Amino acid sequence: MSDSAYLSLEQLKLAYGKTVAVDRLDLAIKQGELIALLGPSGCGKTTTMRAIAGLLAPVSGHIHLDSRDITRVAANKRSVGLVFQSYALFPHLAVFENVAFGLRLKGMRGKELEDRVQSGLKTVGLSSFASRKPGELSGGQQQRVALARSMVMEPKVLLLDEPLSNLDARLRLEMRAELQRVQKETGVTMIFVTHDQAEALALADRIVVMLNGTIEQIGAPEEIYNRPNSAFVADFVGFENVFRVRAGELDTETGRFALGGAIPREAQGLAWRPSMVELGGGPFEGSVRGMSFAGGTRQYLLDTPLGPIKVEASAHLPTHALGATVRFDLPVSIAAPLQRFG
Amino acid sequence: MTMRQPAIVVLGLLVAFLVGPFVVIVAASLSAGDTLAFPPQGFSLRWVAKVFAEQSFRSSFALSMFLAVFATLAALVLGIPASYAMSRYSMPFAEAVRTVVSSPIIVPGIIVGLALLRYLVAPFGINVVVALFLAHTALVLPYCVRVVSASLDNLRSDVEEAAILLGSSRLGAFFRVVLPNIRNGVLAAFILGFVTSFDQVPVSLFLSGPGVQTLPIDMLGYMERTYDPSVAALSSLLAFLSIGIMFVAERFIGFSRYV
Ligand SMILES: Nc1ncnc2c1ncn2[C@@H]1O[C@H](COP(=O)(O)OP(=O)(O)OP(=O)(O)O)[C@@H](O)[C@H]1O
Ligand SMILES: [Mg+2]
Repeated sequence: MSDSAYLSLEQLKLAYGKTVAVDRLDLAIKQGELIALLGPSGCGKTTTMRAIAGLLAPVSGHIHLDSRDITRVAANKRSVGLVFQSYALFPHLAVFENVAFGLRLKGMRGKELEDRVQSGLKTVGLSSFASRKPGELSGGQQQRVALARSMVMEPKVLLLDEPLSNLDARLRLEMRAELQRVQKETGVTMIFVTHDQAEALALADRIVVMLNGTIEQIGAPEEIYNRPNSAFVADFVGFENVFRVRAGELDTETGRFALGGAIPREAQGLAWRPSMVELGGGPFEGSVRGMSFAGGTRQYLLDTPLGPIKVEASAHLPTHALGATVRFDLPVSIAAPLQRFG
Repeated sequence: MTMRQPAIVVLGLLVAFLVGPFVVIVAASLSAGDTLAFPPQGFSLRWVAKVFAEQSFRSSFALSMFLAVFATLAALVLGIPASYAMSRYSMPFAEAVRTVVSSPIIVPGIIVGLALLRYLVAPFGINVVVALFLAHTALVLPYCVRVVSASLDNLRSDVEEAAILLGSSRLGAFFRVVLPNIRNGVLAAFILGFVTSFDQVPVSLFLSGPGVQTLPIDMLGYMERTYDPSVAALSSLLAFLSIGIMFVAERFIGFSRYV
């Protein structure tokens, strides 16, 4: 646990009965950080959130929050807020009472309560919906009520399980900005789950990529985006041409291929985005199997001795017809070296 | 189109079959004659009046009401926590427990009644009213568990978790969030339990003692002794009472969705 860690998970192991969902998870988060938890369905994001909130007791490992070991602290004593993937609003209470629920339990009454709830509702743009029941709201509105309900509690850590997944594109951008603003204003430490890498890149101070119950990579958005350290992360952030490296050569199913430059010694693999593949010259040859126009660019799928290669080229360049043979290069100098493969 | 007319005829017969006896009973109870007969001879309210004057009906009605209300309340006090435990915690033998709790619905009442009499009331000399109360509670419990369980299964458990994360205790979450959301299910369970208890014959038959009779048993006995229309009048009154309860229940909680 580093000194600056506000929330830290140490060697956390989480299971449902005999099914281990998360294993050997280490994570240290600074106060006020906005963390995105990214990963495919079933990788253990919700499970991890539930453990931090205290709804799931770890099999082993520790959780520290604000210099306190909270591993065994009850969920209602942790000051951790959680916005559920399913909202979990109280169906029998109006929006106002949903948001007031936790404040009332704290003993808040009268004008103070009224003001806090109203300002919470205002933040999520639902002031005029205070008297509605959750059943009379759209999915996105329910999600915002859930957000307000947690935020008014001013928790030490606010966990959000796919908080923007049910909003339409426009509202999503608005709420994204809103989340960021609230986070900067209140300085609350926030972890949010998302499937959407663009959202993670845009919002987070740091991104945690999870796979199969462990952390695959932690880093700032630019780091994750430009220097993925494993084949999985590379593919996840858009490096669609990923190759294993053995003895200084690309190791593919169809054979070994030398490249035009020296491959970094520690690299287990190399990855290129479609836009990083140079078309029109180079040591390799492929035939065009597919082509699609995407506005400013054209995307090609090439059949090559290395396997299928995806290429993105400027739409200003001459088109390569289906079936045509083209030369291309995979420049080592700009490839992302992967420390882990598979 | 060819199916339409036969379908209407069948439906009409069905309604006549269900409503017919009721019409006959109500008509017979308004008869001016001295014996139970249909069509009624003349019109009078004297048999209705006699029902209210009859001391035995009054006391057995009171006992039946008492049993129906308190046995159902007791069954709910036991049944709600039991249903909650079954729906929220994975327990060993959960299915077996569920089956056992529901079994009185399947086992004929006559067997339950005999067993209770033979092994509980007779050997221990338990007071008849207490025995009836215990028996009715046991009889009504499965209905309560079923209806309440169905309501609980419709309420996601993360709603309680949300309450806990907002500072509530587990018990607090139950009273503040779970109970209000299954309220209609609980009311429906109460009505169903009430009617089941009120209508109960076989078990009560074994356990009723001298001077302590539930209303249905009293009515059976009365019919063996006397063949006047007052039983029909009483039946009509009870039927109107049930209709009234059902109407209110449907109106306010949508009763039919729960049973
Ligand atoms: N209640 C449960 N009982 C048993 N296994 C569970 C339970 N909840 C989740 N799991 C399993 O634990 C693993 C992690 O699930 P989790 O819900 O944490 O995934 P997730 O990353 O949140 O996925 P998603 O993006 O689909 O929400 C999965 O393999 C899942 O099948
Ligand atoms: Mg999830």
